[in-house]
Amino acid sequence: MERTLSITGLRKIYGDIVAVDGISFDVRPGEIVGLLGPNGAGKTTTIDMVLGVLRPDAGTIRIEGVDVASNRSQALARTNFAAVYTPLPGNLTVFQNLHVFGLLYEVKNLTKRIEELLTEFDLEAFRDKKCGVLSSGEQTRASLAKAMINRPQLLLLDEPTASLDPATAREIRAGIRRFVRQGTSGVLWTSHNMYEVEDVCDRALFLSHGKILLEGDPKKMAAEHDKKTLEELFIAVAREPLTLGGG
Amino acid sequence: MSFHRTFAIVIRQFYLIRGSFSRVVPLFAWVAVDMVLWGFLTRYLDTVAAPGFNFVPALLGAVLLWDFFIRIMQGITMAFLEDVWSRNFLNTFATPLLISEYVSGLILSSIATSIAGLGVMLVIATAFKLSFFVYGLMVFPFLLVLFLFGISLGIFGSALVLRFGPASEWFIWPLPALISPFVGVLYPVSTLPHWMQWISCFLSPSYVFEGLRAIVSGRVASGLALTAGGFLAVGYIFLAYWFFTRIYKNALRTGLIARYSAENLG
Repeated sequence: MERTLSITGLRKIYGDIVAVDGISFDVRPGEIVGLLGPNGAGKTTTIDMVLGVLRPDAGTIRIEGVDVASNRSQALARTNFAAVYTPLPGNLTVFQNLHVFGLLYEVKNLTKRIEELLTEFDLEAFRDKKCGVLSSGEQTRASLAKAMINRPQLLLLDEPTASLDPATAREIRAGIRRFVRQGTSGVLWTSHNMYEVEDVCDRALFLSHGKILLEGDPKKMAAEHDKKTLEELFIAVAREPLTLGGG
Repeated sequence: MSFHRTFAIVIRQFYLIRGSFSRVVPLFAWVAVDMVLWGFLTRYLDTVAAPGFNFVPALLGAVLLWDFFIRIMQGITMAFLEDVWSRNFLNTFATPLLISEYVSGLILSSIATSIAGLGVMLVIATAFKLSFFVYGLMVFPFLLVLFLFGISLGIFGSALVLRFGPASEWFIWPLPALISPFVGVLYPVSTLPHWMQWISCFLSPSYVFEGLRAIVSGRVASGLALTAGGFLAVGYIFLAYWFFTRIYKNALRTGLIARYSAENLG
């Protein structure tokens, strides 16, 4: 079966700084992959390159076999994203935002799809409210609804639950898991919440200084590296990446 | 090209304008003020000047056409700036949207908003006894050339803001004022010094305003000159689009699209 996301030798340099240093990895259909690492490790740079808003200096990115560099529009039609730092425009209502983005992704039966998402993300009450007046949690739910509007084969989530209370975050995680299990979509998920990563991700990649240092099952990785918890392993990767072998 | 994706840019602008008093008013407020001001001025000039020359079609007509051009240009830049102000570049450009679709959406938005402004201008112009019938059928090529040139300048202005960041939006507003002395909106191009006349040859609106004055003076507007102005304007659209695309590609390389608020990433 075609890989949902296939990244090979991806590299991005800003001046003297190597932000992403030749990484390669896949996301398979139905798989949730956690992309972990300290601030500045290269997670968001990687996601920006997958989204086609940042051109790599080297390497290839394929979404369901479609090359992002040469067939950007077709590749991006198969994906979508939600990021804590990119809320929907605050001067449009939830419905208007979903309508505009639904058109951009050429969603069939758009009105029906918007109604489904408003229900799924508990946004009916905010349908005609401008996104700018919503609470951060409600804005996150609206962003996630937008991220699901085209039923993407590849869903990119950059700290999607960072601004949510624990109960809402759990519901959102369950919703995304349900979305993945129902179809063949793959998810690339960044988070600093190690509990969340263990709960949701099938596989985790630890990124530091632009390189993948570790890869494995997040439920087993801590023990495999003589750490008590995934959080402890995360801190070790962040502070002493060279001792963990990748460097 | 996708109709739906182009339409998305237009409908976004419609939603923004529909729900915002502060966006609706500028569509016609400034052009209305301009028309009233110049309407009274031309009426006054008609009373003090020697009989035989009608200032209304020469000056008020020129102001109307110039305001139309500015509205076209600002229609594009305003639609573009909505993405700047709402920090929406990442959301927008991470979709399958092509640059050609984005720019087409901006142009269509501009046509819709400019028609509103033009309607108000025509109503006020009628109050000052300015009729487009004075110019005959030539009014259509006049409007077309200014429309095309307005599009090119709007795309060029948007590219400047994309390149230099949100704070550079002030680059856009003086662009028409910078051009106006060269194109002879209110006076014949022959009034200008030779070097300015040379520059005016390369600016499409010059041919429109020269043609307008020719008709008002009872002469015939040069169809050939207007055609040249039209071709120039089309050329500028391609040039402006090329410039926008180049800036956009550079922004993809530097990461400016993803971090636009940082203004300049080298």
